[in-house]
Amino acid sequence: MPKQAAPAAAAASAAAVLNPATKPVPSTGERIPVIGLGTWITFNVGNDPVARDVSAEVIRAFLDGGGTLIDSSPMYGSAQDVIGYGLDRLGAASRVFSADKVWTSPGSRGPAQIETSRRRWGIQRFDLLQVHNLLAWEEHLRTLFEMKAAGELRYVGITTSDGRRHSEIEQVMRDHPIDFVQLSYNIVDRDVEKRLLPLARERGIAVIANRPFREGALIRAVARHPLPAWAGDIDCANWAQFLLKFIVSHPDVSCAIPATSKVAHVRQNIGAALGRMPDEKTRRRMAELVGRL
Amino acid sequence: MLTEWWTYRLSDFLLFSPRTWYRLHELHNAAIWPAQLVALALGISAIVLLLRQRPASRAVTAIFALCWAWVGWIFHLGHYATINWAANWFAAGFALQALLLLVLGVVRGDVSFERAPTQDPLVVARCKILATAQRAAGLALLGFGVLAQPLIGPLLGRPWTQIEAFGVTPDPTVAATLGLLLLASGRAARVLWPLPLAWCGITGATLWSMGSPEAFLMPLVGIAALLIRVCGAASSMRTSDR
Repeated sequence: MPKQAAPAAAAASAAAVLNPATKPVPSTGERIPVIGLGTWITFNVGNDPVARDVSAEVIRAFLDGGGTLIDSSPMYGSAQDVIGYGLDRLGAASRVFSADKVWTSPGSRGPAQIETSRRRWGIQRFDLLQVHNLLAWEEHLRTLFEMKAAGELRYVGITTSDGRRHSEIEQVMRDHPIDFVQLSYNIVDRDVEKRLLPLARERGIAVIANRPFREGALIRAVARHPLPAWAGDIDCANWAQFLLKFIVSHPDVSCAIPATSKVAHVRQNIGAALGRMPDEKTRRRMAELVGRL
Repeated sequence: MLTEWWTYRLSDFLLFSPRTWYRLHELHNAAIWPAQLVALALGISAIVLLLRQRPASRAVTAIFALCWAWVGWIFHLGHYATINWAANWFAAGFALQALLLLVLGVVRGDVSFERAPTQDPLVVARCKILATAQRAAGLALLGFGVLAQPLIGPLLGRPWTQIEAFGVTPDPTVAATLGLLLLASGRAARVLWPLPLAWCGITGATLWSMGSPEAFLMPLVGIAALLIRVCGAASSMRTSDR
C-alpha cells in the first residue's frame, strides 16, 4: 500500500494515540471506540505458536491504541482460543469489550456453546452476545435476554452479513429490545443506509459494521491509486483510514470491526478513530472517488 | 443453516488464510517426521507389489487402508480440525474409506489387482488393449500421487517443510488411491470410488478459494480417473457382448 502520510494525520496519530473517537451505545450511554477488532480468518491460526504470538501482539497494539471491542464467533475456527491466548498472555481480559456470537441449531444447544466460547476467551462473562446470521434466532434471543436479566450478559444483538435477510433483521429490530445489530457496511456496500441504519437510530440500537474492506478486496482495489491530497483534511494517512472513516462517520454507525493479522495494519486501523471526521459533503466526495477507482 | 444459499461465494466458507493453511502443513510435517519417509516406502512397496505377475492385492489394500486411517486421524483430526470444524467430518470420511478398504480388500478379498485372463485372442484383443491402457493410466496416477505430486509445492516456490506427502496428507493419498482403483477389478471396488472423488471436489474448492495455482489439479485427477474407469468398463462390456 502506498504510504501517503499527511503531516497533520501523522501528528494526530502521535498526539492522540490513547484517545480514539467513541460513540455511545444508545441503550445505556456507555461509550465505545469507533474502531473495533474483527477476527474472521485472521485469528484462525490453530495451534501455530508463532501465529498465536503475532495475534497476541495485534491485540496488544489494538488495546494500546485505545481500542476495546473485539468480535468473534464459534464459527471462526480457533479464533476464540487465540483471543483467549492473547488476553491471557497480555493479562488484558478486563480491558476488552468482548463481543461474541451464538451460532448453533437447534437453539437448545445455545447455552452450552456460549459457555464453551466463554471458557475459550477466558473471561468472566461476555459484554455482548449476538445471534450469528439469524440462525435459530428466536430461541437464542430468548436465551440471551434471560442471561441479560440474570446479569450474565450486558448486551444482546443480532448479525447478518453481505446484505442477507434484511427484511428479517428489520423485523427483529422492530419487535425485540436488542442493543446491537451487526451488518455489512462499507464505502461501496451501502444498502443498509436506506432502511436499517435509520431504523437503528429510531429504535436506539447500536450498529457494528462488518466487512469494512470487503475482506481486503477494497483495500487492494484502491491501493493502486494515490491517496488524494484532501484526505489530509480529515486526518487520513492511508487508504485503510480513508475507508474506515467513511464508515464510522455515518451518524448511525457505532463502530467498524476490521480484521487483520498484522500489527502495522491494526495501528493504521485504530488511527481511523483519531483526528477529524468527514462531514456529509466530504463523505459524498469520498464515495464518488472510490466509485470511480 | 444456509438460507439464501445462492448469495454465498465459495470464499465465504473459507475459514483460514493461505498462510495458515501452509503453516498447518509445516507444523504437521514437523510433528510426524520421519513418518513421511515410512509412508513413501509404503507407497513404493505398493507399486512394486502391483507390478508383480501375481499382485499382492490384500497387502496393497492394507497399505492404503493404513494411509487413509492415518490421514483421517493425524492430519484431519489432529491438525486440520484446529482451523476448520468441517475437518471432523473429513476425518469421518477418511476413516470410513479406511474401513471399506480393510473390509472389502483385506478381510474379504473382494478387490483384486490381477490382470484379467485372456482366453480367446480374437474376442479379447480390443478388450486387452483397453485394459492395458487403463492399467497404464492407473499406474501412472499411482506413481504421480506417491512420487510426483508431493513435489508440486516446492516447484511452485513453497518451502520443503510444507510438502504434502503421500500417505500422510490427503491430496497425494487420494490421487494415488484413484490410480489404484483404476487397477482394481471386482464389483466391490465400485464402493471405493465415491469418497476419493468427493475429496477431489472439496480440496479443489478449498484451494480455489485460496487462489492456489494448483486448485484445478485434484478435480481434474478425479474427473480423468472416473472417465477412464467408465470408458474402460463400457468398452469391456461391449467387447464381451460380441
